[in-house]
Amino acid sequence: MAKNTAKKLPAVDCVLVGFGWTGAILGQELTDAGLNVVAIERGSWRDASTDFAVTFAQDELRYMWRKALFEEPARETLTFRNAPSEEALPMRHLGSFLPATGVGGAGIHWNGQTWRFLPSDFVARSHNEQRYGKLPDDMTVQDWGVTYDELEPHYDKFEYLCGISGKAGNLKGQIQEGGNPFEGPRAREYPNPPLDMVYGPTLFEAAAKATGHKPFTCPAANMSRPYTNPLGVQLGPCTYCGFCEKFGCGNYSKSSAQTTILPVLMRKKNFELRTECNVLKVLKDDSAKRATGVVYIDEQGEEWEQPAEMVILCAFAHHNPHLMMLSNIGRIYDPQTGQGLIGKNYAYQIVSGVDVFFDDKILNPFVGAGALGVGVDEYNGDNFDHSGLGFIGGGYLACWNTNGRPIEHHPTPKDTPKWGAQWKKAVAKNYLTTATISTHGAVMSHRTNYLDLDPTYRNVYGQPLLRLTFDYTDNEHKMSDYLTERATDIAKAMKAREIHPKKRTGHYDIVPYQTTHNTGGAIMGADPKSSAVNRYLQSWDLHNLFVMGSCVFPQNPGYNPTGTVGALTYWAAHAIRTQYLKNPGPLVQS
Amino acid sequence: MAPTINRRQILSAGVLAGSAIAINSAQARSISGEVPWQEGEANKPDIVNPGTYEYLTAAEVAFLDAAMSRLIPQDELGPGAKEAGGTFFLDRQLAGAYGQGSHWYMQGPWKKGETTQGYQSRMAPAEMYRAAIAAIDKYCGDKFSSKKFSELSANDQDQVLKAIEKGDADLKTVDAKSFFTMFLQNTIEGFFSDPLYGGNRDMAGWKLIGFPGARYDYRPYVKKHGQKLNLAPVAIKGRPGWNPA
Repeated sequence: MAKNTAKKLPAVDCVLVGFGWTGAILGQELTDAGLNVVAIERGSWRDASTDFAVTFAQDELRYMWRKALFEEPARETLTFRNAPSEEALPMRHLGSFLPATGVGGAGIHWNGQTWRFLPSDFVARSHNEQRYGKLPDDMTVQDWGVTYDELEPHYDKFEYLCGISGKAGNLKGQIQEGGNPFEGPRAREYPNPPLDMVYGPTLFEAAAKATGHKPFTCPAANMSRPYTNPLGVQLGPCTYCGFCEKFGCGNYSKSSAQTTILPVLMRKKNFELRTECNVLKVLKDDSAKRATGVVYIDEQGEEWEQPAEMVILCAFAHHNPHLMMLSNIGRIYDPQTGQGLIGKNYAYQIVSGVDVFFDDKILNPFVGAGALGVGVDEYNGDNFDHSGLGFIGGGYLACWNTNGRPIEHHPTPKDTPKWGAQWKKAVAKNYLTTATISTHGAVMSHRTNYLDLDPTYRNVYGQPLLRLTFDYTDNEHKMSDYLTERATDIAKAMKAREIHPKKRTGHYDIVPYQTTHNTGGAIMGADPKSSAVNRYLQSWDLHNLFVMGSCVFPQNPGYNPTGTVGALTYWAAHAIRTQYLKNPGPLVQS
Repeated sequence: MAPTINRRQILSAGVLAGSAIAINSAQARSISGEVPWQEGEANKPDIVNPGTYEYLTAAEVAFLDAAMSRLIPQDELGPGAKEAGGTFFLDRQLAGAYGQGSHWYMQGPWKKGETTQGYQSRMAPAEMYRAAIAAIDKYCGDKFSSKKFSELSANDQDQVLKAIEKGDADLKTVDAKSFFTMFLQNTIEGFFSDPLYGGNRDMAGWKLIGFPGARYDYRPYVKKHGQKLNLAPVAIKGRPGWNPA
């Protein structure tokens, strides 16, 4: 058997695997603490002037349909099946979710919808069991091991880093007019006022008020005005270009690593970025209690060993658990025995919508931004009494106005043919005058929704692909139907020509785009018997390994994940700086 | 023991088109102490130039012109997919990275799978179109006394397309539903994508619906609720009325 032939490099204090949002935040925090930090990114350098300049960023075919900024399945993908009884097959095209590759990661092409989870979300098991009784046996929902109150200052830090545009709904316990009355208490206002609103969401807002709801402008990482963040990095005002989500912002007005951190971090002498390098494995010492570094392969095919005192996994959601499996860190989860924690509790999002067709109201859908919209939160989390409904969890309803890009957006009423003369007429008639109410539902964790390694298919490096086994359960379907019905109530009050509720039915389908909100697989918790990382995102197995990103969510609440990913990263960075570096070792006794 | 890394595979698999950042050493690109930027460097789109068909045969062009005319017909509202250059758009797509499936996972084994597992064909788009068009013309010949698809009446063409769309037509060498899904998607792309790719000629698709195209600053219009904006569409390469440089 061939020995490890990687060439060994000089050791560094910390190596970051992947260089998106969490890599940039930690790079900045740990270099500030005086560490020598190396970040290793499989993709290339990206920046607005080179990669998404305003002269050519508005290219729907290239970026959305040919997926120029996204992960290439030819290099890396996963296999998928709905249930353990089926054979998993490769996800040969991107569809349901759009992981990125390159510096900045998915933080380049996200919408910018930036939320905090509810206080009750962090104690989902104990809260729901207390209120409603024992959860079903196969529903493997868990408490997080960290509370909303502990994370509040770190949510604040991420929001001010980004310049989030919004209106507070709960200031230190006082409910504020115009904000989300259901949110957890925050210490201070958002750094920027809410975005100016386009027509469609204002019609939703009026109907929501008329039906007894408390609508608010959704919090956005699209700048409502020019902004200089606490690091001194400048962002420009959003121009509502309608090429936001799935695209890089050529305007410096969407928060990303590039627009909030990199101008400062890249100039530091104690920071180095290596691009076009793919980490293959995390190395452990013989005692298997410490990581010793990583092995990566460069674009020429040469393998290198980068020794480090700390290893932090900052890759996208499911890539971190994949790397842990390939590196034999922890044990891979087996749904039959219930043993193993790496890969356990994969979750996603369940979404649906109601199309609202007007005859007489010109909505100009192309005037859009990724997080431009009005929402209501009455049906999220445990904000309402679930007694007798047969499900837990919920989600927000929102009338978003993100784009009018025609290949993606050409709504037609129910029963319109999908092509031909009638289709063409319906597209022309309805393009300027149609709005959509979206529901954004939680997914609870379940015994047979998980990640492990595929036995058949391999990536371009010859490593087994990650295997995803996932389907919605009765909980998700009942909850999503309930949300769609509530959205329909509001849609009716918008007094349009016709509405078309579109419930989410059947099995989870990996083909149509839904969200890139993949979670779980390296879940956090208070007990090493039921979690892969502790409350500080430190591996229970290797004390100098930390794992970032939504892979640590024990289940996925009814909000977009990035706000919480940012907060958890700052929370972990704080623990590393104030506790771990002074006394390297387990931060929580097991 | 893991199979040895195939360097050729790594270098050829999905190298991002148009990447402009040069690798100037044998090792990885290493960046420290600076924000990398080089004047004039931009990851620009690959503009399609007019010309003859590079991939499609005459028989395939005949099929595509006819079929696209049924999917998005010319009518009183304006040009259809064919008039907007849909076949030429598709030709250039099939001749390039899309046609080769360069970014897709094409490794075997290839199994049929459930619909929720998505595309599982061994064929890249260029192969699939070639096989499908031949199979459809044969299907038409068997059903309609040796006529090709392009020789049928509009009504008969619609019946054939519906049979393919539903999977009722057995095309033998390709899965009918998979092909139809791809074909409809590519037709819509050819009708609505930026004209620099060879379709959406004269911005006909955008004019049909009132999409202003590759504009970037709508701040003056955010609060103009309910107003028709009458913004002439602009493409990445500009629009008629702009002065040549």
